[in-house]
Amino acid sequence: MISQKKFVVSHAPFWHNGSGVPERHFNAIIATAPAVLMGLGYFGISAVAALCLSVATAIGWEWLFCLISKRESTVADGQAILIGLIFGMLLPATAPWWLVVTGTFLAIVVGKQLFGGIGATPFHPAVLSVAILTASWKMYMDIDAQLVNLNFDFTPYHPLVAAKAFGSQAISDISICDLMIGKQIGGIGTTCGLALILGGVYLILRGYVRWQIPVSFIAGLCITAALFHLANPEKYAGPIFHLFAGYTLFAAFFLITDDSSSPVNHIPMLIYGALGGVITMLIRNVGTDADGIIFAVLLINICNPLIDKIRPKAVGKVA
Amino acid sequence: MQLKSFFGSPKPEFRYELLSTAFPEPMAVALPETVTLLIPEQPGTAPCQAIKAGAKVKTGQKLSWDANGGPSIVSSVTGTIQSHTPYTGDYGKKFAAIGIATEKADQWDESFQSLTGEPTVQTLIDHFSGAPGGADFSKLTDPGKPIKTIVVYGGDTDLLVETNLFVLKSRISAVMNGVKILKSATGIDEIFAVAPSEAFQNYDGHFEANVKGVPVDYPACQPLMIYYQLFGKMLEQGQSFEDTGVFFIRAEAVGAIGQAFSQGRVPVEKILTILDKSQRKHLVSARIGTPIGGILKMLNISLNDRDRIIFGGPMTGRAVYSEQQPVQFDTDAILVQDANDIILNSDYPCINCGECIRTCPTRVPVNMLIRFLEAGEYQDGADLYDLYSCVECGLCSYVCTARIPILQYIKLAKFELARMTLAEEKND
Repeated sequence: MISQKKFVVSHAPFWHNGSGVPERHFNAIIATAPAVLMGLGYFGISAVAALCLSVATAIGWEWLFCLISKRESTVADGQAILIGLIFGMLLPATAPWWLVVTGTFLAIVVGKQLFGGIGATPFHPAVLSVAILTASWKMYMDIDAQLVNLNFDFTPYHPLVAAKAFGSQAISDISICDLMIGKQIGGIGTTCGLALILGGVYLILRGYVRWQIPVSFIAGLCITAALFHLANPEKYAGPIFHLFAGYTLFAAFFLITDDSSSPVNHIPMLIYGALGGVITMLIRNVGTDADGIIFAVLLINICNPLIDKIRPKAVGKVA
Repeated sequence: MQLKSFFGSPKPEFRYELLSTAFPEPMAVALPETVTLLIPEQPGTAPCQAIKAGAKVKTGQKLSWDANGGPSIVSSVTGTIQSHTPYTGDYGKKFAAIGIATEKADQWDESFQSLTGEPTVQTLIDHFSGAPGGADFSKLTDPGKPIKTIVVYGGDTDLLVETNLFVLKSRISAVMNGVKILKSATGIDEIFAVAPSEAFQNYDGHFEANVKGVPVDYPACQPLMIYYQLFGKMLEQGQSFEDTGVFFIRAEAVGAIGQAFSQGRVPVEKILTILDKSQRKHLVSARIGTPIGGILKMLNISLNDRDRIIFGGPMTGRAVYSEQQPVQFDTDAILVQDANDIILNSDYPCINCGECIRTCPTRVPVNMLIRFLEAGEYQDGADLYDLYSCVECGLCSYVCTARIPILQYIKLAKFELARMTLAEEKND
């Protein structure tokens, strides 16, 4: 049975729907575009520099790690680019170069590769890195302190910090419309709520993000914020303010939806998102951190494996 | 092949072929110069006199490796035995491939005709093990595992394939006759006939079996899925259908029995669905053992390097490496894929996107299971993450973003666990 022609042999099935890992990441990158462009518009050339450095060094660390660990380079799958981009979007525009380089090192090498690379990261690498930087160099990650020398044609202080320190009176002159279109200070790519929603809806429609996670996150956050607001309207700002201020929407669509650190079953996805919203509001209103998103994301990331154990019984299983 | 749509990632919805009401006769494939038959081989022993090289065989003659019984098949042609080659099938099954140079005129072996008066299980074992649709009838006689129920399934187990349903619908009288013969030969009264319900909506005849409809959505006609739908449970670790007293047989094999007993000759033609590179269907009828290259040539299907030839359908078939491979009694379809249409598997790790979870018809936690299987922890996969709920439909691999060969891991795990169980039983 010797044949001249050489056929491809593999195991069933012989069809595939054509989806792939790189495409998933590049679509997420496309989805960040509106928010990134708005951010660059507001924060100017220093934001361009920080973002470019962030993406470039993320790719560099990934490449270097693969080289040293003698593995095939995984740069082409786009995850390093996406992590670098997300990390850069979380930074204040004037972040110094060494902070960016250290941050991407923490994200790619510590947050991603040391845990086993793609698919094995228990935390969102960029969030883990921001958390470490916040704990290490609080001044450099403080949005208010960092952006003090830039001129803005809108309220030049962080709305969440103001709300936390002085109650809802302090933010009464900030209109929700301004918050929506990004007229607030914050991370480079996280201020424009409408652009983030646009990107998020794109990802949901294309099936790269499961709608359950952002929807339950937003619901959990809004309901908790509303309860606080009802209990003491002078001290606690309302749900719409919290929805559009700080990292909230960025987290809803880009941070907590990270494949590897989020659940895959239906009910766990709802619990995971809602828990994230509740924890965020607790940190903002009761805890000490003004934004709270970063630590809330890490906390629900930890809970993920446990929550995801809630799953429907497989067919044919009795117990 | 159905690619992912631009928007959304809904569950893939596949339906089995249902066939129209018209049944065109399958295109006949000319008798090839040589045919190749696969006989299960006893390792290390020499072939018996009847199948030594140079021996003459008649059409319908029973061929077995050693003279004292043992597995046998029926010769599909008249001719001279030319060669024996060892042949390894899927998962290490050992066969001997017997090449037979054919003669134009068929001489029929008459030994079967005398047996048609009174059907017995032994007759089925001797003459139908290699008949079209084939089944291992020896399982009907295992004293340790008495069979209580026979399930005749009329649907095809894979997409695009319509062989079995064609036989059921176009040769229903033969199938009914076959059911009667099965009943009288085995003495088993509980016989289920299972077919996709929509394929049989207007059927109002009487069938000598308990007719059950199953949904037409893939994978409701997978044998494991049919078993679940009939009996409400899954096979447990190490169990086979026979262990639970159930014998599965395809409508095509039952039809062959019915036809053989009324005509006195065991059918030697196999009906196949050929799917060409643009997924057009051709129904052909060929002698068992015909090399597939000739069939494809007859249909003007060109083959190039890096194409893929598959025995069976797109979800559960098996790829073959040569166009010299013979049509076997269980080859329902041949699917030819162009090199450009092939999406290869990768060795990427699972990225936990959860597509498999939302696709799995039996709610297996595939994302967790695959982590255990990739590490070779088969027993843990079975104990913790429902390996034995899998019906092997392949949908998880079809949607896998990382293109992991999930179905291959699952089948390998089941195979390895079965081997381990067998070894433990032997040691006890």
